[in-house]
Amino acid sequence: MSGTYLGMPAFPRAARDAVNDRTLRGNLRHATHTIRAKRARAVAEVSDWAALREAGKRIKDHTLRHLDRYLVRLEESVTAAGGTVHWAADAEEANRIVTRLVKETGESEVVKVKSMATQEIGLNEALEAEGIRAYETDLAELIVQLGKDRPSHILVPAIHRNRAEIRDIFRTEMGAWGRPAPEGLTDTPAELAEAARLHLREKFLRAKVGISGANFMVAETGTLVVVESEGNGRMCLTLPETLISVVGIEKVVPAWRDLEVFLQTLPRSSTAERMNPYTSMWTGTTGEDGPRAFHLVLLDNGRTDTLADRVGRQALRCIRCSACLNVCPVYERAGGHAYGSVYPGPIGAILSPQLRGTASAIDASLPYASSLCGACYEVCPVAIDIPEVLVHLRERVVQGGPAVREGNRVVLRPAKGHAAERAAMRAAGWAFTHPRALRAGQRLASRTRRLHPRTLPGPGRAWTGTRDLPVLPPEPFRDWWERTRGGKDETR
Amino acid sequence: MSSRERILGRVRRALADVPPDGAPYEEAVPRDYLREHGERTPAEAVELLAENLADYRAVVHRTGAADLPHLVARLLAARGSREVLVPPGLPAGWLSAAGPVRVDDRAESTVERLDRVDSVVTGCAVAIAETGTLVLDGSPDQGRRRISLVPDHHICVVRVPEQVVSSVPQALDRLDPARPSTWISGPSATSDIELDRVEGVHGPRTLEVILLG
Repeated sequence: MSGTYLGMPAFPRAARDAVNDRTLRGNLRHATHTIRAKRARAVAEVSDWAALREAGKRIKDHTLRHLDRYLVRLEESVTAAGGTVHWAADAEEANRIVTRLVKETGESEVVKVKSMATQEIGLNEALEAEGIRAYETDLAELIVQLGKDRPSHILVPAIHRNRAEIRDIFRTEMGAWGRPAPEGLTDTPAELAEAARLHLREKFLRAKVGISGANFMVAETGTLVVVESEGNGRMCLTLPETLISVVGIEKVVPAWRDLEVFLQTLPRSSTAERMNPYTSMWTGTTGEDGPRAFHLVLLDNGRTDTLADRVGRQALRCIRCSACLNVCPVYERAGGHAYGSVYPGPIGAILSPQLRGTASAIDASLPYASSLCGACYEVCPVAIDIPEVLVHLRERVVQGGPAVREGNRVVLRPAKGHAAERAAMRAAGWAFTHPRALRAGQRLASRTRRLHPRTLPGPGRAWTGTRDLPVLPPEPFRDWWERTRGGKDETR
Repeated sequence: MSSRERILGRVRRALADVPPDGAPYEEAVPRDYLREHGERTPAEAVELLAENLADYRAVVHRTGAADLPHLVARLLAARGSREVLVPPGLPAGWLSAAGPVRVDDRAESTVERLDRVDSVVTGCAVAIAETGTLVLDGSPDQGRRRISLVPDHHICVVRVPEQVVSSVPQALDRLDPARPSTWISGPSATSDIELDRVEGVHGPRTLEVILLG
């Protein structure tokens, strides 16, 4: 993924800084609580939510199960409709293809629709290195780009910024990128939106190349779908002469009809609306209406590795709605930057370590960035069992084992720093298979309970650094059962 | 080996553990969700459409065929529009009473030219009551996608009840995937500042919908 995140500290350290930032916590709490209540209302409006969720899950599972077939079908449909399909095995190849396509137009600037895939591959940086300037046009992406910041939310990358901070960024930075912010700009959201409109207008009108992602690609028809709110997507998709869409291979769905499920579940899950203001659908090119040239870059970049994992592959069902971020108690407190990836929150904690592998400190720590409360699973519109995948990835980090990296089968070594945990688990495993030893140990532990420390010594200290050690009961359960016959004779 | 072959090969190897048969597409997905949420008469669907359009800050008007030209003229005058953009197949009568200069959209019209036009009048392909959505598909009375995007004031005429469906599945049934479509639910908006909805960003900031029936 993007080089921007190289050298990120592991989650616990990054999260500690975030938790101590009171402004950040206030901003996140305000935004996530606003959207939570609204989402619940939007979902409650449709009586068949459970059936839509199940259908969405099954459509995605079926597609992933036959992904090769549907990708080939998509390629045929897009080509027949006048588009050109490119395949990129990794970020570097995708960036190379896009850079070449832009250079072939002779242009040195592009306008961009908000896209997770191009964030993931670090496209803007790659273009910059080749002398091509990429303008982000989504309001939140613009705030991030102007503020030389990193995105912290899938849907609202500038969620960590409040309105006063946004006004300050607009005032100081807009001039360097084009039309400066209006004189006397205040921090009312309507004025900030107006400032963005004025700033970006000239860029939309002169742009010759647009770059986008896509929310869905329909194999049967070759149709791509972009779901948005502001109209910046429509500008980038229809005004330029050349359109380049970089889309993860898991975004394909088999048939036109499948959109009827996701166009009901996605808006309600993401912005908590019955329907988002604008959805654009296009199939190849259409004469005088829209770009004359359309290129689709199909991106793997770790997705096939993820597909090879029996438990983890369900993460590829994700439609990037970000409902899981908005309900997560860990995300609400730690913020998106602590996850060290363009995919923060619960979905990021299972996606990043699969797309990138668990070799780095940040990726090995992400499966632990959760209390396993399960709220993410409950709101997920495609029923990804995020806690199940988290536990599975924890096991992989601690024990190692077989995995697929860049298409090759590898055997991962157990991660460093988990020796004490492994020893404790081995000891527990032994004790549970030796009942006498277990009983003797339990009695000893109960009798010495007054002497127990509040925190663990040695390698256990890290564990109790953020947790209370459970208090032991005065006697083991089985002793209590024998003594009282299951509570019938409590006085004995 | 090309990247195409490499990726397809990786997909096939990744799926080596799943049984080779698997249910065909038609059987793999349960379609027991609703085709529409509740039964409505056509009149009730139009009612709901009006309600949901207004909920997302579109301005809704109703009129009959005889009064349509006067209503369009009034709306353009109230806006103070000097020029109105017209798709090639807009019924001639719709603008017969309108004062502003008609600007026909042509293939060679530059975006700068479109940007100077105050208003645009279009028809639509279908409207969805449950979500308050208008769908434009580039038919002659709707024109190219850009003309309903660049001007700041969009007047969209919906023929009721025949163009109104209840739900998203019903709307998709009526659309041709080969045509580029734009689904519009209210004027442009953003939730990017503190996750709160604000109307009015890059698309038309005023959306007026005329229910013609």
